[in-house]
Amino acid sequence: MTTVSTPTGPQTPALPVAPRRRPRNRHRPVWQEQPSLPGAVAKGLVLTLICLAVLFPLYTVVLTSISTQATITEAGGLVTVPGEITLAAYRQILAGGIVTRATMVSIGVTTVGTLLSTTVSVLCAYGLSRPSSLWHRPILFVLVITMFFSAGMIPTYLLVSGLGLIDTYWALILPGAVSAFNVLILRNFFMGLDPAITEAARIDGAGDWRILGRIVLPMSKAVVAVVALFYGVGYWNAFFNAMLYINDNAKWPLQLVLRSYVLQGVTLPGSGVGQVDVATGAVTGLPVKMAVMVLAVVPILVVYPFVQRHFTKGVIFGAVKG
Amino acid sequence: MTSSTTTVATAPEAVATAPRPQRSTPPLRRTVPLRTRWQRDRSLVVMTLPALLLLGVFAYVPMAGNIVAWQDYSPYVGIAESPFVAWDNFARVLGSPAFLHAVRNTLVITGFQLVFYFPIPIALALLLNSVLTPAIRTTIQSIVYLPHFFSWVLVVTIFQQMFGGAGLVNQILTRNGWGSFDLMTNPDTFLLLITSQAIWKDAGWGIIIFLAALSTVDPALYEASVVDGANRWRRMWHITLPALRPVVVLLLILRLGDALTVGFEQLILQRGAVGAQVSEVIDTFVYYQGVINGDWGFATAAGLMKGVISLLLVLGANKLAHAFGEAGVYQRA
Repeated sequence: MTTVSTPTGPQTPALPVAPRRRPRNRHRPVWQEQPSLPGAVAKGLVLTLICLAVLFPLYTVVLTSISTQATITEAGGLVTVPGEITLAAYRQILAGGIVTRATMVSIGVTTVGTLLSTTVSVLCAYGLSRPSSLWHRPILFVLVITMFFSAGMIPTYLLVSGLGLIDTYWALILPGAVSAFNVLILRNFFMGLDPAITEAARIDGAGDWRILGRIVLPMSKAVVAVVALFYGVGYWNAFFNAMLYINDNAKWPLQLVLRSYVLQGVTLPGSGVGQVDVATGAVTGLPVKMAVMVLAVVPILVVYPFVQRHFTKGVIFGAVKG
Repeated sequence: MTSSTTTVATAPEAVATAPRPQRSTPPLRRTVPLRTRWQRDRSLVVMTLPALLLLGVFAYVPMAGNIVAWQDYSPYVGIAESPFVAWDNFARVLGSPAFLHAVRNTLVITGFQLVFYFPIPIALALLLNSVLTPAIRTTIQSIVYLPHFFSWVLVVTIFQQMFGGAGLVNQILTRNGWGSFDLMTNPDTFLLLITSQAIWKDAGWGIIIFLAALSTVDPALYEASVVDGANRWRRMWHITLPALRPVVVLLLILRLGDALTVGFEQLILQRGAVGAQVSEVIDTFVYYQGVINGDWGFATAAGLMKGVISLLLVLGANKLAHAFGEAGVYQRA
């Protein structure tokens, strides 16, 4: 932003000289034209529609999940206008049973996986972050190759099954535990830190472990949080690895349950999901289905606001400069 | 200790010429013996070991496992005992109409999305960049980024609840007696459906990189061009779009390298509802032939061909970018 253009902005609307003029946006540089009225309206409309396209389905799903059966029957399915509210669907799926179990599995796999992946990636990234350190070039090469060439689904499946990991939770964690892309994001950030600080610590006798733990990590909280979010979301959202490696449906993560019982409409034993009320023809399990969907998205909505403001820093470092 | 002497020797210059400490290191590399470097850097090397171990086991061992593509593999006898069949599997793959159909579907989806999906984040970024009030802008950003973090299962389920046979749209249509439709099971509109899903999920997230590129444009350029009489369209054409060009090229290269990979999770979720005719792509073909049908060697051969061609596509696209003077994905450092 140039210093010349901005300061006059805020004062303009207060001046009584041009009363007909729309108030000037104080963020608009003085050289930029005022938008035409139709243009501004069209822009606002398009942006509102875009936001609604994202938010409206979520609103409907959440609302239906907390609506009573009577409200749903009246609406003929998904509820768009709030009626009677009940938490019965949540009580039902969280009272034990398949959904509760799957939620625990997902939480466990996500927690362990995120901790493991983030730790391993931070270590590897720091290990590669000092220019011209021993063997950093071949190690980097080994890492980057995995971004350009993947072994393929069948050999990976044969390996996982050969290691006896089928039907274990490790099969959901280990095969994708390290993402070279995330390591490079971290490495780029570490390399961008002022080397004078780490150099000073080294002169004072600190080893690399101490430098990483006491100096580099505290300076890199934001980017580590973003990478942890990427890993966490990856673990939480994964369903295909479970479809491949987990045959025992008592060990299914939440996404696979969502797929079977909500998307494919397989009847969920003892919960009423997918059952059709003969009298009204309405799907009685609808609020339960919607509640499972909400359950699948809640952890993301909880973590998202805290990490979201760091996205640009984390992602851009990796994506543009990587 | 030897390690401390070497670091002390370099430290003063590194601090003195703080912005470019790398310059002082290359001569060091040549003069310091391996033993000293090991002493100095061994904790760094040790730190990379867990990642190397995981990649070694779960990325590199399977790469070697592709040997199955040349075998008549049977899980009961394993890789060691399965007989080699030379290039038979590859010949079968290339002679298989189902595979060629999957390749065609893949390329059609890639091409369609290149035209109807790829430009959307650019347009959105330009639109959002013209929103001047920071509070409004960040609010819209947080909203449009959000679906990127939803799982494909959730996205497909949301579309089903909105546009499926029992979905919200049909609910309204039937109540008003306007008939009904089911977008989820209609093969004719499938291409449109999956592209809409991809746009809903990822187009918002896609703008982040363009916004970053736009934020690096020097406002003085705009100011100068206004002085020279450029209107907003000329400013966009001569300043804004050229600023986006390197990013667009980069993303095109990445997309080209990924030309044979199209929304595997998204498609496998909907293959049952809409049928293999329109939804079978190379990855789903590999999954069904290998894991479901147990034709391991055949499926591995198909997957390996895809992997190799993808690799060649990335390298080729990158070379092309260099030829046009763009930075590309990687550079010879």
